[in-house]
Amino acid sequence: MAALSVRLRQAAPIPLDAAFECAPGELLALVGPSGSGKTTLLRVIAGLARCAQAQVAVGAEPWVDTQRGLVLAPQQRRVGLVFQSYALFPHLSALHNVALASGRADATGHARELLARVRLDGLAERRPAQLSGGQQQRVALARALAREPQVLLLDEPFSAVDLATRQSLYAELAELRRSLAIPIVLVTHDLHEAQRLADRLAVLERGTVVASGPLDEVLARPDVAHLVPGVDAGALLHCQVREHDARYGLTLLQLAGGGMLRVPQVDLPAGTAVRVRIPARDVALALSPPGDVSIVNRLPGELVALQPLDATHIEAQVQVGPGVRLRARVTREASDRLALVLGLPVWCLVKSVALDRATLLMTVEEVSSSCAPPSVPPPATGSARGAGQAAPPR
Amino acid sequence: MDWEATRISLALAAATCAVLLPFGIWLGRRLATTDSRSKPFIEAALMLPLLLPPTVIGFYLLVAFGGASPLGQWLDRMVGLRLVFTFEGLLAASVLVNLPFMVQPVQRAFAAIPDSLREAAWVSGLSPWQTLWKVELPLAWPGILGGLALTFAHTLGEFGVVLMVGGSIAGETKTLSIAIYDRVQAFDNAGANVMSLVLVAFTLVALWVVFATGERGKRHLRER
Repeated sequence: MAALSVRLRQAAPIPLDAAFECAPGELLALVGPSGSGKTTLLRVIAGLARCAQAQVAVGAEPWVDTQRGLVLAPQQRRVGLVFQSYALFPHLSALHNVALASGRADATGHARELLARVRLDGLAERRPAQLSGGQQQRVALARALAREPQVLLLDEPFSAVDLATRQSLYAELAELRRSLAIPIVLVTHDLHEAQRLADRLAVLERGTVVASGPLDEVLARPDVAHLVPGVDAGALLHCQVREHDARYGLTLLQLAGGGMLRVPQVDLPAGTAVRVRIPARDVALALSPPGDVSIVNRLPGELVALQPLDATHIEAQVQVGPGVRLRARVTREASDRLALVLGLPVWCLVKSVALDRATLLMTVEEVSSSCAPPSVPPPATGSARGAGQAAPPR
Repeated sequence: MDWEATRISLALAAATCAVLLPFGIWLGRRLATTDSRSKPFIEAALMLPLLLPPTVIGFYLLVAFGGASPLGQWLDRMVGLRLVFTFEGLLAASVLVNLPFMVQPVQRAFAAIPDSLREAAWVSGLSPWQTLWKVELPLAWPGILGGLALTFAHTLGEFGVVLMVGGSIAGETKTLSIAIYDRVQAFDNAGANVMSLVLVAFTLVALWVVFATGERGKRHLRER
């Protein structure tokens, strides 16, 4: 299985400037506001749209190379695409929708297998109109897999289903992913979705990739926050569930780089790896260990970066352990009052209420595979996972 | 009851449908999917037969098909085909006159298929032909059937163009509608009545097919 590499550039009709790679088994999320060119990028990869200067390749096999005048038709690329509206064939049953895309001699048998894999075995004879949104999405996914694609593309696949269905579809996609050793590209405007599912992130603004890299690294960048609506800058931390304190209804999380966090109790077994996001606005700074405040999570560290955000605010980065940085949003006034300078030892005060279930962004696959020992979480800087490298096996 | 005229009318309607089925699908699909600048002109030209008096169409076809015209001479020389006062000429005229009846419903049916379905088919590995055969035609089928029914019914009822181009040669170009006219001229109202009733019945059945398939088509699109 080979990595997908994409390099696009054009001025019109839609300006594009993007370069990214996605390794086999890796999930890359293309995130950006609507109209930022995410879907166009996906369509160029699938062969449904053209781009003036483009190189798209899977491993050593070029799909598009405009310099050489090479553009393969969609039929010549082994690509699976789940459309935003699913685009199921309305006149065909779920089974035939999938079988039509199968290249195998026993297309129907293959389609049955795939429908079983997405848990639709009992509904094979139904037409799309007789299926719920979530079921339609699964048929679309099965159809995309029927061609045994080298690359799987998902265009806002969860936007047409309700929140409850979305949660279970996330879990299913995460599970499916583990059995797919191909690059997966997910287009979404919802950063929470990307956080749950993605290994790598590429943020798009007006057709240009303005930030790309491992999830933690990109999310940690303060300039990304304003690009993706509904998201605050913050730190994404890898933790392990250490123990539960039933008396107070708390769970202790061990930070990957040392240190502990107390969060409201979660029903996950000890040893489970989780990702925790701490928004910069929920972190306060103190120069000495505060004794008489109600905040339970306080981590000592060293001030390593200061970046002005606007007229009022500054973002401070605090190294609280090897490779673990917290981000704090403080006012300029506070910064001057505390005389914040690089290298200063400070205490980060994390409001424990900020770490409720909603911010406990455990990736579903990590939870569902908790019976196996969790892999060593990569350092928060993410530098160890270069572009062409495969995600660690889970 | 003029059975010969009935036979000719039915043969003409069937042959017109047979010619227009592939051509109508081709042109209707092209018009549905193109955004060429010539599209409005082609659509306008296609509507002409609906609005022009049949005598005008018939007159120009007579001129075009006749032995004095380059087209008439060329056809005669190359394939020995004479189009004036022959069944073949009648068929050619009928195909032209029926273009809007066939192409319009077909075009609308293809236009109602979302682009994403074609793209989904391509991404699933289906060639353009397979896409047409397995996705587009099954979805456009009600519109195509509707176009055929309209063409069939309209051919049975066509009078002016048939009279101009075909004359009224028994066994060759005398259709049911012309036979009815002849009967009325000969004060044979009873004969005219029987044949008129037959024509009403055929047309009603054809229109019923149009509306029944139209309902089915709407259901298909609702299901999306």
